[in-house]
Parts: sequence; C-alpha cells; structure tokens
Amino acid sequence: MEEKHKPVLEVKELGIDFGGLTAVNDFSMQIFDKEIVGLIGPNGAGKTTVFNMLTKVYKPSRGSIFFLGEDTAGKSVVEMSHAGIARTFQNIRLFNQLSVLDNVKTGFHDRVKYSNLSAVFRTPSFRKKEREIEEGSLELLKIFRLDTEAENLAKNLPYGAQRRLEIARALATDPKLLLLDEPAAGMNPQETEELMDMIRLTRDHFGIAILLIEHDMKLVMGICERITVLNYGMMLSEGTPDEIQADPQVIKAYLGE
Amino acid sequence: MDFLSYFINGLGLGSVYAIIALGYTMVYGIAKMLNFAHGDVIMVGAYVAFFAVNSFHLPLIPSTLLSVLICAILGVVVEGLAYRPLRSASSLSVLITAIGVSYFLQNAAQLLWSSAPKVFPSVFPSGGIALGDSTVSYLTIITIAVCVLVMACLTAFINKTSTGRAMRACSEDKGAAALMGINVNRIISITFAIGSGLAAVAAILLSATYPSISPTLGAMPGIKAFTAAVFGGIGSIPGAFLGGLLLGVIEIFAKAYLSTQLSDAIVFAVLIVVLLIKPSGLLGKVRREKV
Repeated sequence: MEEKHKPVLEVKELGIDFGGLTAVNDFSMQIFDKEIVGLIGPNGAGKTTVFNMLTKVYKPSRGSIFFLGEDTAGKSVVEMSHAGIARTFQNIRLFNQLSVLDNVKTGFHDRVKYSNLSAVFRTPSFRKKEREIEEGSLELLKIFRLDTEAENLAKNLPYGAQRRLEIARALATDPKLLLLDEPAAGMNPQETEELMDMIRLTRDHFGIAILLIEHDMKLVMGICERITVLNYGMMLSEGTPDEIQADPQVIKAYLGE
Repeated sequence: MDFLSYFINGLGLGSVYAIIALGYTMVYGIAKMLNFAHGDVIMVGAYVAFFAVNSFHLPLIPSTLLSVLICAILGVVVEGLAYRPLRSASSLSVLITAIGVSYFLQNAAQLLWSSAPKVFPSVFPSGGIALGDSTVSYLTIITIAVCVLVMACLTAFINKTSTGRAMRACSEDKGAAALMGINVNRIISITFAIGSGLAAVAAILLSATYPSISPTLGAMPGIKAFTAAVFGGIGSIPGAFLGGLLLGVIEIFAKAYLSTQLSDAIVFAVLIVVLLIKPSGLLGKVRREKV
C-alpha cells in the first residue's frame, strides 16, 4: 500500500498582490480525498480571492498550487476545470436565459464531445452522445430535486433552487474538488439544514473533496471536518471545528477585543 | 397582384439582409463586438464564387461550398489576428480595429482583383412564376427558401447541440462558462466561422441579383444588414431574421409606392422610429446596467 496519503489539493505559501496591496499572503493548506473543509474569516479576509487563485481566475503572485500531485503553474481557467476543480459563486452566476437542464448540460461540454459536423448530419454518434449528456444531466437534477424544473429558465427558479442548480452544474464537469462560495447565503434555517444534507450527500455520492466558504457557523461546524481561518489575507488558525471554536485568536478576530 | 409580388420581392431582398444580419448578431451576442468588417467578408465571398465559376468552371453548389469554406477561414483568421489580442480592451478599440480590417480587406481586394467591376455569371435558373401581370423570379424564391433553411438549421444548432449551448452560455457569462470548462476562445472562433460562412451564402445570392461585383460591394448590404440586426434587436437570432425580412419588405414597398431615390432614407427613418419606441429593437432583451 501507499506509505503516505496524497492530498487532492496542496497549497504552499500562496500570495497575491493587487497593485501595492497584498490581498492574501503566505497561505498554505492541504485537502485530502473526500474531505469537507471550511474556509472562514471576517468579510474581506480574502476567502473568495483564494478561490479565484485556485481556479486561476487570478494569477497568484507567489507560492504554488498542486492539484492531484501536479503543479498547476501556468494553467488557465479552462485547464483547471478540465483538471477537476469546479466552483459555485457567492453571487449566483447561472446562465439565466438557459433552461435548468441546459445549465447542467454546459458542464458536460468538455466531457462528452462530438464533432460539429456529426451534429449537423445528426449521426448516430451525435445522438448517442447527446442522450448520454441528457441522462447524466437529468440524474444530477434528480439528486438536487430539480428534475421537475428541467425545462424552466434558470432565472425563474426560487433562490434556494438556484443555489442547488449551481452545485449541480459544477458537478456536471466531473470535479475531484468542489469549491462552494457561501452556499447558504440568503437561505433560511430549514433550507440551510437541507443544504447540509446535500453537501454531505454530494461528498458521499460523488466521492469528491469539498472546500467551502461560509459565514453560517452552524453549517460550518456541522459538516466541516477541518477548518482554516483567514484574517486580513493571512492564515490565523487551522484545525477541527472544536479546536477552532476554542481558539482565542479566532474568537478575537470575530468578536473583537 | 402587384402588391403580392412586391411583398415577395421584399422578402427575397430581406432574406439576404437576414442572412448577413445573423453574422452581425451572433458575433455581437457572443463576442460583444460590432464586426464592421462583416460586409467585406461578403465581398470576398462574391469574388471567390466568381473565380470558382468563371476560372475553375465549378458548378453552383461546389462553388458555394468553396466560398463558404474560404470565408469561414477568413473570419477565424481575422478574429484570431485582429480581435483576439483586444479581448480585454475597450469596445471602442475593437470597433476601430474592425473598421481598419474593413478597409484592409477592401484595399487588398482592389490590389488583387482591381477596382473595375466584374460581371458575376448567371448561375441560377432564369425565369420565374407569373403572378397576375408580374412575375416572381426563381432566384427570389430560392433566396427565401435558403434563408428559411439557414434559419432553421442555425436555430437547431444553437438549441440542440453542445457547441450551441456553449455559445449561449458564453453570450451570458464568459467567466462562468470558462469555469465550466468551456474554451471561450474556441467558441468565439466557431461563431466567426459560422457568421462568415453565412456571409458567403449571402454573397452568392446577392451577386446573382445584382451581378456587378467590385471591392466595395459589401459596404451597403453590410450597413443595411447591420441596421436589420439592430432593428430586430442585436444579439437575438430570431430578431435578425425578423429585422432582415421587415427591412427588405419596407425597402421594396418604399421603392414601389413612395420614391426610388428616397427608399434608403425611408428605411433608416423607420429604424429611428422603432428605436425611439423600443430602444432594444423588436425582439431585443432589455438589459439593465448593473450599478
């Protein structure tokens, strides 16, 4: 057997500057297979900036990101998606004019391929691949209880359902690591409860690691196995939910003196 | 029966505008730029077809396919060389570049093929169908049929295929599309290829109707089709179709019933009125600026 458990994601001394401003500095973390990890911190601590670096929306100024043991230096946003990192957004960014089903289907764009020529002539290979995409997408919608809404436009979904659709769409790219940016934002306690079940189910059903940013401490403490705390772009603390809750530095950062 | 034949001729002219307008509207919808060199791609398409028929003696269909292929490649090359490096530049810079590309293509054509007009060979069956005391030519009927076919195929492609879905996704949010693993640059290239290929189809229909081809032939239909795209709601594919057809019908009616000289002025006056009442065009979506 392997002598060492390899992490899915390994971030080493990551940092980024915007002009003269250092937004994140000396940030390191590891995420292992099938782990649910929380990234918390006060507003403006740099949490979403970390997500943007992990997905290469921003190019880090310093440090390195290893994904599945491979250095990701020089990779583009699209290449990171192909490598297996998917995300959702703090402010929902669905394709509003597309149907719920088509939103999920976009995630298959680079997984199930056929030539445009085969689409023009509607060859059997085109039909087969499209059926594959359709079935895969409907299955995802079913898991997230969106299958009855498949033909509706995404913009017409209620808020909670839009959040679920974003997760379904991200999963359609077949990620190994899912980044959730404030998945419970704007949800009521009951919806948050359901979301927690859904996140656990996602991890178990798809066997992937999840890194989530969240302000709802009940959710974070309830489902995260490990938590990293960020403050002013620096790592403040790291540990299990119990350790984090007992850490005087964390309490100070959140509640002040 | 004059009214009916004018109407059908209007639809014929409008069909050509619609096919060209599709190129404008798709590129605008996905790359968010006005490709003012689109009219000149029509001109290149006309010359390619001219040489294919006259010099290589190819029949109509292979000539059309060759012209479509070369224009599609031209569209992709222009996009890659001139517009892609400006992807994050202001829209004004891209617009100026497009005008530059337009002049470049016109001057290159003058250099290669001289500015003297050439006579486009008659490749379509002559004659037509009698409608009372007037006739509707076969060419007009073919033009309308081609336009409907193009529209149907394009709609199916956009709605039913993976690339079509990716195009719609890119049109809404390129950043999110890239994060879903969609190669945005590739999608934009495909959009230019389709738009420019359609320009070649329009070029042949147009040159068959007005058989004198010159390096500046694309300018006027280009502007009219752009108007049609705005008229219908730029970015909207059904809008380009509707805008093109309406523009053609209005133009022919204006010529027939009002004044031949003023027909263009009347067409543009109608556009101004429509935009005053509905600034986003007939089928355009109202987009509120986010503050």
